[in-house]
Amino acid sequence: MNIPSNRSTAPNGRPLEIQPKWRQDFPIDVADDELGARREFTKFAVLVSFAFVVGQCWIALKSWLRRRKPTPGSQRIAAIDDVAVGAAMLFHYPTENDPCLLLRAATGTFFAYSNQCTHLMCAVRPEMDQSRLHCPCHAGYFDLATGRPIAGPPRRPLPRIVLEVRAGSLYAVGVERRTI
Amino acid sequence: MKKRPLSRDERRSITYGILSVVVVIVLLQLWLLTATMNAYLGGDDTVVWPAAAASLICFGLNGGLLWYLYSIERTVETSDGDSP
Repeated sequence: MNIPSNRSTAPNGRPLEIQPKWRQDFPIDVADDELGARREFTKFAVLVSFAFVVGQCWIALKSWLRRRKPTPGSQRIAAIDDVAVGAAMLFHYPTENDPCLLLRAATGTFFAYSNQCTHLMCAVRPEMDQSRLHCPCHAGYFDLATGRPIAGPPRRPLPRIVLEVRAGSLYAVGVERRTI
Repeated sequence: MKKRPLSRDERRSITYGILSVVVVIVLLQLWLLTATMNAYLGGDDTVVWPAAAASLICFGLNGGLLWYLYSIERTVETSDGDSP
């Protein structure tokens, strides 16, 4: 059998003549195979790199579209007396697809947050006696006063709904998204 | 002076080096993407476009390295027909 001079030896270093039959029948050049495989893997990595660029552009596009949206207007949530101290009330703001929670921690202390956990968007439940919000899906906890994560997988605070009191009623006037 | 075609071992070393750099850049892009997504979901739009530009530059670097890798192979193929 003629073996090209530039062919590398088998992985065990022995000549081809004493290799198993399957290796003699299919004498793969390991060094060439390795070189080709690494080059192909590099090509795949560059393809992944392109996919990341596409992802970045998608985020940028979504950001641009979000900034073009008009700022949410003012929306009446409830009369102050409708919410008892230590109670919570569900409302939707700025659209019907955005559930939010209004919480009355003390007589004159109201908080309002998005009702969607910042981990995987499960609904959070208020635990007023422990001054926290609980996400039951993956045991995430948020501080009641700030909306910041205190335990579990969530890393971002809950979006805060900006409240205003006008003539005995509570109004939602904006959404404050935060990273820390 | 005509350049000597690279041997297979030399080409393999270059391929490993380029692959290492490409992988590092891809990991950087992955971090950039997750950080940008976190900022976007947190309402911070200021970093979105600079991050996209940085990622594009990273892809340009990767593309350039890949192009160099294939140009080496082309040089070898045209010189002596030795190609894996």
